[in-house]
Amino acid sequence: MKPLASDRPFQILLGVVLAVAVLLAVSVPLGISAYLANAVGQLAAFAVLALALDLIWGYLGILSLGHGLFFAIGGYVVAMHLLKHSSEVTGRVPDFMQFMGWSNYPFYWAGARFLPVRGLVAAVVTLLISGVFGYVSFRSRVGGVYFSIITQALVYVAMLLMFRNDTGFGGNNGMTGFSVLFGWPIGSSGVVIAMAVVSVLVLALVLLGCRLLLGSSFGVLMIAARDDEVRLRTLGYETLRLKLDVWCLSALIAALAGMLYVPQVGIINPRLLSPELSLEIAVWVAIGGRGYLTGAVIGAVLVNALKFWLSAAAPELWPFILSGLIVLVVLVFPNGLVDLAKWKLTRPMGVKRLASEAPELR
Amino acid sequence: MAVALLIDDVTVEFGSFRAIDALSLAIDFGEVRAVIGPNGAGKTTMLDVVSGITRAKQGRVMFDETIDITRSSESEIARAGVRRKFQKPSIFEGLDVRQHIAIGAQGGLRRTLSPDALARRVEDVLAEVGLNELADRSASELAHGQKQWLEIGMVLASQPKVLMLDEPVAGLTDEETERTVALVRKLRRPDRAIVVVEHDMDFVEQIADRVTVLHEGRTLFEGSMQDARADARVVDVYLGR
Repeated sequence: MKPLASDRPFQILLGVVLAVAVLLAVSVPLGISAYLANAVGQLAAFAVLALALDLIWGYLGILSLGHGLFFAIGGYVVAMHLLKHSSEVTGRVPDFMQFMGWSNYPFYWAGARFLPVRGLVAAVVTLLISGVFGYVSFRSRVGGVYFSIITQALVYVAMLLMFRNDTGFGGNNGMTGFSVLFGWPIGSSGVVIAMAVVSVLVLALVLLGCRLLLGSSFGVLMIAARDDEVRLRTLGYETLRLKLDVWCLSALIAALAGMLYVPQVGIINPRLLSPELSLEIAVWVAIGGRGYLTGAVIGAVLVNALKFWLSAAAPELWPFILSGLIVLVVLVFPNGLVDLAKWKLTRPMGVKRLASEAPELR
Repeated sequence: MAVALLIDDVTVEFGSFRAIDALSLAIDFGEVRAVIGPNGAGKTTMLDVVSGITRAKQGRVMFDETIDITRSSESEIARAGVRRKFQKPSIFEGLDVRQHIAIGAQGGLRRTLSPDALARRVEDVLAEVGLNELADRSASELAHGQKQWLEIGMVLASQPKVLMLDEPVAGLTDEETERTVALVRKLRRPDRAIVVVEHDMDFVEQIADRVTVLHEGRTLFEGSMQDARADARVVDVYLGR
C-alpha cells in the first residue's frame, strides 16, 4: 500500500467527504432540504457498512454474507433507546407492548434510556457474537465459500428470531414512532441535518482509521494472510488471532453504521436481517472495487443513490438494474469501478489483462 | 554432533494410501541433507509433517533433541526455529519485496526485534539473496527465479535452526541455479541444518553432504551422492539405467 502522503485517490475522497460534512453544516441558510440531508446521512451510514465489509473481504479475503446481523445489532440497540426515550416524553406506550399486552418493559430494556450505555451494549453484544462465531469458525479453519454460507445462515436465523413477537424487540413490525433525540424533536430539520453531519463525519473517521490500520505493519500482515495464509502461518504468525481481530473490528464498524442508520430512517424491523441486504453489501463493495477503501465508499454511495432515485421513479426496475450491474462487474470489471479509472483506450486488450490481474475470489 | 531434526518412526496415511511408512531420519546440525526420490515417494509429505501442516498417524518429530514438535501448530514450529520454503513459490502478491523479508524477520505477531535491528536484518538478508536492487518492487512483478530467492530470503530472515527447501531450483535457468548453489553454500552454518528436496541431481551433488533416497514412503538409501549413483536399487527406482 502506498504511503498516505502519496495516495491521491484516498486524499481526494477524504476531502470530498469532509466537504460534504461542511456543506451540510452550513446548509440551513443555503436552503438545502432536510430530505436531501437525510438521504446523504443514510448514504454515509451505508458507506461505513461497506467499509466494514471491505476490511474483512477486500483486505483479508474473508467474504461475509451476514454483515446485516451486526448492522442490525447496532440498529436495534439504538432503536430501543429512541423508543423508550420517546415514550417517556410523549407518555405513549410503545406499540409492541400494547400489542403483546405488556405493561412493563422486558428486563433487558433496563438502561435503554441512556445513549452512551447503549453504545456500550451494542459493542459488547457485537463483540460477543462476532467473537464466538469467528473463533469457532477460524479455529476449525472454515474458510472460503463455506464461511460465507454460514454467515448467511447466521443472519437468516437472527431474522427468524426477530420476526417472533414475543422477543420484546417489536417482532415483525419492528420499532418505529421515534419522536425525540436528546430531547429534541427528531423530525425537525435541525436534528435531521445534525444527524447527517454526524454520519458523514463518522464516515470520514472510519475511512481514515481503516487507512491508517492498513498502512501499519498490522495491515501488511492482513494482506499477507489474504494472499497466502499457510505461508504466513509457517512463518510463525498465529493467523487465527489476526483474523479474529479484524473480523471483530469489522463487526463493530458495521454495528456503528447501524447506530447511525436507524435514527435517520426512523424505523427498524427484521427486514434489516434479510439475507438480501447482507448480499447487497457485498454487491456495493464489488461494484465499487473490492480491496480499495475508496471503491467501497463510492460503490455504496452510487448503488444506494441509484436505489433511492429509482425506488421513487421506477421501483419495479431495481432488481434488474442491480442484477445487470453484478453481471457487468463479474464479466467486464473484476475490480469494479476502480477498473474504469484504469481504463485506457490505447490498450485494446485491457479487459483481458485486467481480468488476469484480478485477485482470485476466495 | 547434535541432531537438529529427528523423524522417528513416522507414518502418514491419506485414506487408504500410505504416503509415509514408518520413516525414520536424523539430520545433524551443520549438514546439508538432500532428500531425493521419485514422485510420490513422500518427500513433500515429510516436510509437511515436520512443519505441522500434515499430522502423522504415528511416530514423533523431535527438534534439537529435546523439543517434541509432533503436535505443535505450524506457527509454533516456525517460531521454534524450523522454517520451510514451499515447492511452488509462495509469496504475497500484494506486498513489496522488503515487506516480505520484514515479515519473515519479525517471525510472529509479538515483536521480537527493535525497529533498528529489524531494518538492519532486512538489509542483510536482501543483500544475501541478491534482491537489494528490487527491494521496493511488488513481489507480483518478480520473475520466477527471483520469487524463489524471495521466499528463501523470507524463511532465512528469522535465522532458522532448521531450514527446509522444497525444490529450490525447479524451473530455474542454469545461471540462476548456479546462484542458488552459491547461496545455499553460504547458508550452511555449524548451528543450522539444511534439508533440500530436489530432482536436479547435479544441483544436489554440488550442495549436499549426504543424500537420503525415499521410495514409497521409506528410506531406500542413505549416504553420499557418489554412492547413491552406484547403488543398484537407487538406480533402479529413481536415477535410471
